[in-house]
Amino acid sequence: MKWETVIGLEVHAQLSTRAKIFSGAPTAFGAAPNTQACAVDIALPGVLPVLNRGAVERAIRFGLAIGATVNRTSIFARKNYFYPDLPKGYQISQYERPIVEGGAIRIVTGAGEKTIRLTRAHLEEDAGKSLHEDFHGMSGIDLNRAGTPLLEIVSEPDMRSAEEAVAYARALHTLVRWIDICDGNMQEGSFRCDANVSVRPAGVAALGTRCEIKNLNSFRFLERAIEHEVRRQIAVIEDGGRIVQETRLYDPDRDETRSMRSKEEAHDYRYFPDPDLLPLVVPAAWIERVRAELPELPEAKRDRYVREWGVTAYDAATLTQSREMAGYFEDVVAAGVEAKLAANWVMGELAAALNRSGLEIGASPVASGALAGLLARIRDNTISGKIAKEVFDAMWAGEGTADEIIERRGLRQITDAAAIEKLVDEVLAANPKSVEEYRAGKEKAFNALVGQVMKATKGKANPAAVNELLKRKLSG
Amino acid sequence: MSPENASLRELSDALAAGKLSSVELTQAFLDRIAAANPRLNAFITVDPEASLAEARRADERRASGTAGPLTGIPVAHKDIWCARGWRTTCGSRMLANFTSPYDAHVVERFAAAGAVLLGKCNMDEFAMGSSNETSWFGPVRNPWNPDFVPGGSSGGSAAAVAARLAPAATGTDTGGSIRQPAALCGISGLKPTYGIVSRYGMVAFASSLDQGGPFAKSAADLALLLNVMAGFDARDSTSLEREPEDYTRCLAEPVAGASAGRPLAGLRLGLPRQYFGEGLSPDVARAVEAALAELRALGATTKAIDLPASDLAVPAYYVIAPAEASSNLSRFDGVRYGHRAAEYGDLIDMYCRTRAEGFGAEVKRRILIGTYVLSHGYYDAYYLKAQRIRRLIADDFARAFGEVDMIAGPTSPTVAFRLGAKTADPVQMYLNDIYTIPANLAGLPGLSIPAGFGEGGLPVGLQLVGNYFDEARMLGVGHQFQRVTDWHERVPPGY
Amino acid sequence: MSPSGERCKITYNTAFKRVFYEGKRPFFETNALSLSLDEVKRIALLARIAVSDGEAAAARDQLNGIFAMIEAMQRVDTAGVEPMAHAQEVTLRMREDEVTEADQHALFQSVAPQVQDGLYLVPKVIE
Repeated sequence: MKWETVIGLEVHAQLSTRAKIFSGAPTAFGAAPNTQACAVDIALPGVLPVLNRGAVERAIRFGLAIGATVNRTSIFARKNYFYPDLPKGYQISQYERPIVEGGAIRIVTGAGEKTIRLTRAHLEEDAGKSLHEDFHGMSGIDLNRAGTPLLEIVSEPDMRSAEEAVAYARALHTLVRWIDICDGNMQEGSFRCDANVSVRPAGVAALGTRCEIKNLNSFRFLERAIEHEVRRQIAVIEDGGRIVQETRLYDPDRDETRSMRSKEEAHDYRYFPDPDLLPLVVPAAWIERVRAELPELPEAKRDRYVREWGVTAYDAATLTQSREMAGYFEDVVAAGVEAKLAANWVMGELAAALNRSGLEIGASPVASGALAGLLARIRDNTISGKIAKEVFDAMWAGEGTADEIIERRGLRQITDAAAIEKLVDEVLAANPKSVEEYRAGKEKAFNALVGQVMKATKGKANPAAVNELLKRKLSG
Repeated sequence: MSPENASLRELSDALAAGKLSSVELTQAFLDRIAAANPRLNAFITVDPEASLAEARRADERRASGTAGPLTGIPVAHKDIWCARGWRTTCGSRMLANFTSPYDAHVVERFAAAGAVLLGKCNMDEFAMGSSNETSWFGPVRNPWNPDFVPGGSSGGSAAAVAARLAPAATGTDTGGSIRQPAALCGISGLKPTYGIVSRYGMVAFASSLDQGGPFAKSAADLALLLNVMAGFDARDSTSLEREPEDYTRCLAEPVAGASAGRPLAGLRLGLPRQYFGEGLSPDVARAVEAALAELRALGATTKAIDLPASDLAVPAYYVIAPAEASSNLSRFDGVRYGHRAAEYGDLIDMYCRTRAEGFGAEVKRRILIGTYVLSHGYYDAYYLKAQRIRRLIADDFARAFGEVDMIAGPTSPTVAFRLGAKTADPVQMYLNDIYTIPANLAGLPGLSIPAGFGEGGLPVGLQLVGNYFDEARMLGVGHQFQRVTDWHERVPPGY
Repeated sequence: MSPSGERCKITYNTAFKRVFYEGKRPFFETNALSLSLDEVKRIALLARIAVSDGEAAAARDQLNGIFAMIEAMQRVDTAGVEPMAHAQEVTLRMREDEVTEADQHALFQSVAPQVQDGLYLVPKVIE
């Protein structure tokens, strides 16, 4: 039987506020245990929550960025359950009326573009952490993270493969950093994915029973966990079994998901509106101000690159993976470089060099203006593309501007036709065997001759001109 | 003038004139507490050294000329308010060992005013009760008769003021916990409009209903206390941002601009039919009727009104308050502070035993009610239904305030009852608050003032419910009443 | 409190007489919800309160009495009435995104049942 996979994602993005969502304690990562947990965070008797405006502003920014409805009124509710990392015995979240509803994100995969719809995004507080190292057979509780603002972003079950799920998660990851609401650091848990996965026979409309997979803290794990889970579910059904709705934990070491037994106890969260927090009302003027301050978004940039600059859709998607990369690319174009050439270099040589050095584009030793200077020399035939790579490496090593390096190393392309002709004649005279072979129909011999000429010019001849001249001479 | 029977204004004047020091005054009350508390059990914690240190600072402040009206005056706090360095138990074994690391807003404000923290008053556990019998620290006795309850949940505060162990005290009122014990102990107590006294640092019972307020002998004293207690606090999201008011402003002036002989002329009082039915004990009815006659003699007019949804106030309250409480009390889990069971197995067992041991029967009962009404499948039928009835009750009041200025009636259907009389029957106990709960549900201010005595020589309270933010006028009405009556000056025999 | 007889004592207040006896049907004969012992135990576990069988049985009787009283709400038609969650019709005030709190963990942990290395200790948490 042919099976179809159905995936929806829940992403928890930590919002990049200075202070916590309901207290004035700092949110910085990595402090000594409980040193960033204030009276409100540890839920001393009598303390009360006061909402951080910065968290709301970020949620509004997100809602506008995905074309969602930003609800003018939203309600904070209490989700009640006991857990030692949850100091109040309830989590303040939004339940019936979240701040953001609807919206969509376009993803690009090998199969092309697709729109993933979002259900909602709501504000809530993070819990603390349980440390399971042995403290006399006990667990240790660190509440530094308790009260860190989260935006929980819930998608519709619109994804049909692990590849689509990863593309969606990446698009979301790009977006939250793009609009500066989350640092996206997955190792530190700033961006966490849970996947709801089900399978159904192809062509069947009803959804299968889903399982929720938790603990997906990298895109690779997300992909592998979904692939594993899909295989597991299909195997269960094909063996005549039934899928049980449950929460499963992905174990990256074993590359498998397993049932979280502790979550099996039927939860009854007893949601109700938090009496300590009045309805959150967002004035229209606030929404409009945030809208006016939004940067051009990746999807808009992508469309513009394709429409105005003739960049391919795939390249446009790559160039808009981060706001910094898009900005770099646009700066190169703004300096007068043709967009396709700029795109090739930004995604090619530059990306490869950054990757090798483990640098972010913002820290590139070759700034956008410098790269534009190099590409201008290709454009005006001062150097070939091949020589340009050598110049780029020298620029990367800090040897100066493109022009300085070209001059210092004497890399200027030989454009003097007479000089090239002289060299060609010399090569033909010195390689009679190759000439013979070429005339006997061996194309390879021609390439060898071109190579000899280029070698003689130390790569500085224009390869097209050499080609043309050789052909003329050999046919003559 | 004996200091224990003096008004706050008289004490303040004596301190200002140097006739009395705060240390002397504080010591006098500490002595009275030492003598009477073994009988009354009104205080859970007294710390004479800490109180006297505050008194010395108050005297220095007097000397330096920066004193306010309450500087140097001892005030007792209900043990629901967190006070830094003070044990703050909330009447519970759960917090019997809890020393607060911070001050409640109200505690800060009294400290800033120079008042002396005289001690922490006994109360029903987590403010759940109407008789002060649910306290882990034992029941409080009514100063008028030790076999009778003082009311609750702020029973220790009320008994302390009634027995003249403190010139003033604070309380909290979720369903009548200031007004009912004030009535049963023969003193004055005010539950302000929801949102004018910060809840920050007050151990939460039912957040949407809880409101702090003062106890004192007279309405005039309450006004001085409210001037200190009320005020915006950015740390409480339900605290209202309003211009500060002077709650004493209606004390001197006739309320409705009438003559000195008829100072309440023009005041329209509404008497809810629902508050004067056959459930009202005849002795209480007689005293309240007499008080109303007095108010009419002062110029007020009375008219019968209807608050039809009030009948459902108790059922709605016993859904909303336990629901909020069940959630508010989840933080008491034995992890970060408070009681933890000595023996336990796994984590869930630690929680279950800690909470079974740390909470008393009434608190557990309300947690179970609240857990149930919020649980899956019952939310709409109970919690939402109760919130809709809450709206109907508030709407009744809004309609009533279209035709009257203030509502008057009994605070409690009976005078104080014997200890143990209602402990076996929670529903009987809950019905004590039938006249006080509606104001909490609506968020309106309510005042109880002494209005004579009923059966067994036990006090009766007259309740005034005002429109939102009408405290100053209510206190003015109470003050005019107390100018022509002396119920509030009666002292329980032996005190 | 026993399920029926003793509750008849609730006659002393007219308001309640009206609520409970209107329609000539004593309240305890209404369709008031009645908790089973298992439900009491389930709720107690949800609320993390240990109860013995005896305590659960006593709690059940008292809770059923209270629920019978609460059940009076169901007699009123509240269709179209907006639920009232707060005493004041005001909207949420917000704080600025500023750090205002300094580390006080030593003070806070001075009242904690069990701490080590700045951590609160609890029986092993199993995921």
